[in-house]
Amino acid sequence: MRASPANPPQELPAGSAALLEVRNLAKRFGAVEVLKDISLNIASGEFLTLLGESGSGKTTLLRLIAGFDEPSAGEIWMSGERLDLLPPYKRRVNTVFQNYALFPHLSAHDNVAYGLRVKNVPANERNGRIGEALRMVKMQDFAGYRPSKLSGGQQQRIALARALVNRPQLLLLDEPLSALDANLRKQMQSELKSLQREIGVAFLFVTHDQEEAMALSDRIALLRDGALEQVAAPREIYAQPATAYTAEFIGQTNLLRGEIRGGIVTCGALRWPLDQADGPVIFSLRPEAIRICADGKPQTSQAKFRASVRQQFYGGSSELLEVDCGSGQTLRVRIPTHGPLTGEHDFVFSLCDAIRVQE
Amino acid sequence: MYSRAYKSLVSIPPIAWVGAFLLLPYALMFVHSLWAVREGVIVHQWNWENYKTLFTNALYAEVLLRTMRIAASVTLCSILLGYPLAYYLAFHAGARKELLYQLVIVPLWVSYLVRGYAWKTILGSDGVLNGFLQYLHLTHQPVGFFLYSPFAVVLMLTHIYTPFVFLPIYAALEHIPRPLLEASADLGAGSVQTFWRVILPLSMPGLLAGATFAFVLSLGDFLAPLLVGGPSGTMIANVVQSLFGAAFDWPLGAAISVGILVITISLLFLSELLEKRWAFK
Repeated sequence: MRASPANPPQELPAGSAALLEVRNLAKRFGAVEVLKDISLNIASGEFLTLLGESGSGKTTLLRLIAGFDEPSAGEIWMSGERLDLLPPYKRRVNTVFQNYALFPHLSAHDNVAYGLRVKNVPANERNGRIGEALRMVKMQDFAGYRPSKLSGGQQQRIALARALVNRPQLLLLDEPLSALDANLRKQMQSELKSLQREIGVAFLFVTHDQEEAMALSDRIALLRDGALEQVAAPREIYAQPATAYTAEFIGQTNLLRGEIRGGIVTCGALRWPLDQADGPVIFSLRPEAIRICADGKPQTSQAKFRASVRQQFYGGSSELLEVDCGSGQTLRVRIPTHGPLTGEHDFVFSLCDAIRVQE
Repeated sequence: MYSRAYKSLVSIPPIAWVGAFLLLPYALMFVHSLWAVREGVIVHQWNWENYKTLFTNALYAEVLLRTMRIAASVTLCSILLGYPLAYYLAFHAGARKELLYQLVIVPLWVSYLVRGYAWKTILGSDGVLNGFLQYLHLTHQPVGFFLYSPFAVVLMLTHIYTPFVFLPIYAALEHIPRPLLEASADLGAGSVQTFWRVILPLSMPGLLAGATFAFVLSLGDFLAPLLVGGPSGTMIANVVQSLFGAAFDWPLGAAISVGILVITISLLFLSELLEKRWAFK
């Protein structure tokens, strides 16, 4: 049911060829293995997010692709060219740095001009491209400002323009929104997404924020302790998590540990039929997959259990319940706003919503 | 919040100190420069003659020009030695950084005079350098111009002021955020372009501070020319010294001192102005 964590499925969106191929990449810092045997493809024009906790190796992977660090093993290929043997200044990728890394002695305009000047792009072409890049990030009125005179969000835009003006095929973004406050962050997410659609450049986006990853990405590559846990589209990774770790990291879930015996699953107080081989099992059951069953009569494809409401968290459009199924087994249930609930109730969930996951 | 009385009270010592040991001597010096010497006695006769002498007597102009040439040479040599050293320490020294830094600092603890005499020992006719050259049969007679020449002065002052140039440059280089260098490489710049476009501009304030140190300190130096300069290596401070000493012409000496002071203050002012222009935050 689940591929080994080191080699997750590599399906790219239909009809697209791999732009960047990461093959069996590993990185050690001294005795510490920061990345273990990573294989990953990125398609042209794709928005791929590297998601993981701090220390999971996501930034290291980005730095290996950019060329700031050298891999201990493995290869990186881009458009049929071996990338990992080139120095960073010869790689046709550009980076948006976490704290923007704008040149403090240069104006916004000159920051954007930097890559073109370095490559001796003629002045008239250069100025056209700079103007275009500044308009793209809506910063044309701030061209003459030094970075220290710009707000965080404006610096972010200049950093984006500085990278995109070079017309890279792949843009690397290292937690670019983490320094912004919540509102600005949401706005920049939306702008980033539409910008990426508009210019069609592949984005490799690093974040530790699973909501951000879900909202922006075509695919999410979830990293755990330097290895790929799962690579899939946001809807798929949410609906079909391969492992207990993925299920818990992406959104909220109830992990049900139990066993199958004779075609019946038993996880604490929960029991339902399943035609699989006997043995220990883990299921992920999302809180919103559970509903209150008012008439106490489940349909054939549903499982029913009885539990008492212990806590109720009102959340506006929905509310979260903590229910006790007896013997200390607690489940979380998300229901549409209902009003105060107490005592015992019947709950149901569709059998297809209980997703079997690996440890 | 401190009371006004307290604030005025604590500001008395520094003001008194600056007044007694800086402003008052300067005022006395300026007043002297407007007096004259008649038959071996200083007379309080107000006049601008000393300044006229300063501008018309070719000897003083020559010594002043030489002094500035020597100071400029020292500054240039100190930068040429100090900048690469600072660059190496800041970016490439790795684990050796601490040790090398200490090695640059240690000479500062050795007395200026001791270092001067050391150069005398090295450069003299029967000195270490000549002995070595003759031992290698590269020369057959002692080379004279090593000691008692402007060359010797520049050499000794460069040795003494290179750490002063190194330190502010090193501090400036250490302060350059490393992601800026990665960003530069990311945008297609090799290490040479990154140096000219990012590292050098961002280290300019440090370079300027170091250059100002070396130039101003060399400009007023009189021990190096005294120890290793000889007649051809005489600098303006030696002239001032002799005017206040054997020649006993305090008013002219004071006028020259005022001239040096004006040059120095203008330079410091200019340097401050440039530093402000190059400050980025």
